Amino acid sequence: MSRIEARFAALAKQGRAGLVTFVTAGDPDYATSLAILNGLPAAGADVVELGMPFTDPMADGPAIQASSLRALHAGQRMTKTLALVREFRESDQATPIVLMGYYNPIYVYGVDRFLADAKAAGVDGLILVDLPPEEDEELCLPALRAGLAFVRLATPTTDDKRLPTVLKNSSGFVYYVSITGITGAAAPDTSKVTAAVVRIKRHTKLPIAVGFGVRTAEHAAAIARGADAVVVGSALVEAVRQSLDAAGKATARTVKAVTELTAALSAGVRSARRVAAE
Amino acid sequence: MKVQQPNSLRLGPDAGGHFGIYGGRFVAETLMPLVLELERAYSQAKDDPAFKAELEYFLKHYVGRPSPLYFAERLTEHLRGAKIYLKRDELNHTGAHKINNVLGQILLARRMGKKRIIAETGAGQHGVATATACARFGLECVVYMGIVDIERQKPNVFRMKLLGAEVRPVTSGSKTLKDAMNEALRDWVTNVESTFYCIGTVAGPHPYPMMVRDFQSVIGNETREQIMLAEGRLPDSLVACIGGGSNAMGLFHPFLDDTGIEIYGVEAAGKGLATGEHAASINGGKPGVLHGNRMYLLYDDDGQIIETHSISAGLDYPGVGPEHSWLHDMGRVTYLSATDDEALKAFQLLSTLEGIIPALEPAHALAKVMELAPNKPKDHLMVVNLCGRGDKDIFTVAEHLGGKL
Repeated sequence: MSRIEARFAALAKQGRAGLVTFVTAGDPDYATSLAILNGLPAAGADVVELGMPFTDPMADGPAIQASSLRALHAGQRMTKTLALVREFRESDQATPIVLMGYYNPIYVYGVDRFLADAKAAGVDGLILVDLPPEEDEELCLPALRAGLAFVRLATPTTDDKRLPTVLKNSSGFVYYVSITGITGAAAPDTSKVTAAVVRIKRHTKLPIAVGFGVRTAEHAAAIARGADAVVVGSALVEAVRQSLDAAGKATARTVKAVTELTAALSAGVRSARRVAAE
Repeated sequence: MKVQQPNSLRLGPDAGGHFGIYGGRFVAETLMPLVLELERAYSQAKDDPAFKAELEYFLKHYVGRPSPLYFAERLTEHLRGAKIYLKRDELNHTGAHKINNVLGQILLARRMGKKRIIAETGAGQHGVATATACARFGLECVVYMGIVDIERQKPNVFRMKLLGAEVRPVTSGSKTLKDAMNEALRDWVTNVESTFYCIGTVAGPHPYPMMVRDFQSVIGNETREQIMLAEGRLPDSLVACIGGGSNAMGLFHPFLDDTGIEIYGVEAAGKGLATGEHAASINGGKPGVLHGNRMYLLYDDDGQIIETHSISAGLDYPGVGPEHSWLHDMGRVTYLSATDDEALKAFQLLSTLEGIIPALEPAHALAKVMELAPNKPKDHLMVVNLCGRGDKDIFTVAEHLGGKL
């Protein structure tokens, strides 16, 4: 059983939804980013989504764009992102890590070399924003052959007719993008999201994680009632930004800012399923 | 990389939108159903005589097509070589070739019932063309433009506003065309049901590269007829500037299978290829994936997109359309580059010799004509696509020449 499967099986056993936290690799610098990563599981992150920074993140809002640029300015690159995962794995063998980003840095690194290095580093899955099922031969199929999960995004525009295409080579979990928009945009309508999750579940046995626009513990709790996991990203990288000094450098508060918000979100997610279960 | 040529170079793309390894549909899932819907709608419209007739009507009576094919007699005398013809697409309504494609896409958007149009723009020519067509058909229009380009193309910003469009300044990244396209894609993904994204060049996810090429091919199709009338034969060479590559593809495509014709695309070498400050994606880049397609792209060894430089806002883009990328690999088109300084010289030369002030974009093509033409015999027919007029550039040029207006 893969780390992702094991984690979602454990969550199901506990009768609660999981918290998926997104942070950008190397934001605001490598050492701080590693400290954040190491602090996430204890703070309540069930799955870690690690952003591979890219200069042109077309599906991301201002918070994640800025986070990507901070990381790049601090010298982050693909080899360092994989190193970050490797170092994290030295102390944590259980928490799944899913790399999220855009295709060009992987294409340039070389698909086969990337998959081998990612697998060796301890990566469990990939989410590629700009690789729809129509481009499965690029990375999805090679990733599946290499033993990495390929987590697909389903969106409000993915209708019942298209869902089977999207789900066909999906693995690990399905990431439901709760709004038509970019990351960190307006909060989704909870009832619509729950209905969408029900709709997708008719087509797949994979767990459904819901993300885009979830910022607060209350909101995470509301979404958690109808999903297998809640993804929070923009709010966390925004917490990183707010903790920085005037020169944009990490401060003593940076790691804490992220882990404290994670703990609050986790409490929200955990409380929700308990309420629902009672 | 040279590959064996198929019988025709005009058959692409394949069903997935590929020209060889280039093209494709590298977009977020949110957009994918819309991209497929656009492909269906375009495929139906293309075969509909009513759509074709409507487009032809507007191209003739609103744009002023056909644009003349003009024998540049004094430029020819000056360069003492090839007989140079200028395809005068700068005489189109709105002053550039961009309107050819925009009208096609706007008529398509109307068929699809879309009421809101978004566009990205660099030099502002595509933005002005889009704002113009939206005014004509009563559609809401939002144009994304980098603040660097807003500064250097002020006349076009004002024109867009006069035409009733909203110009949204883009402050992310290099604050030029690439970033305007990122913002337009973010808008599209947010307003996906109501909005039609009118892309200005032969790039983006399939079907855009094919569709924009088809709409721009009116340039090459007219040229074929006009040169036959003027000279009784096809030209010996074609020259056009390349940013994303829409004017070039429009001129080149109808001639791709005429293998005796030399075809030259001219990229922006900025301050020189060796300086790294340029926008020559083919001459200085490698295959990569951005903005929905694989193409020659400028990036660093980590795959991060490099900020480009060109005096011409319309060429200041790190990629080039997938069909050009493929034609380069096939060896069918020769891709050259011209620096800012070379373009400025050509800009002045055409102004003083022919009384035509070209845009800085085709000034890059003219810069290479100044090198190519003198080495050709006098009976060599060379067609240059004069794809835009220079009114928008007079402030930039004045500044570079050390004066102020």
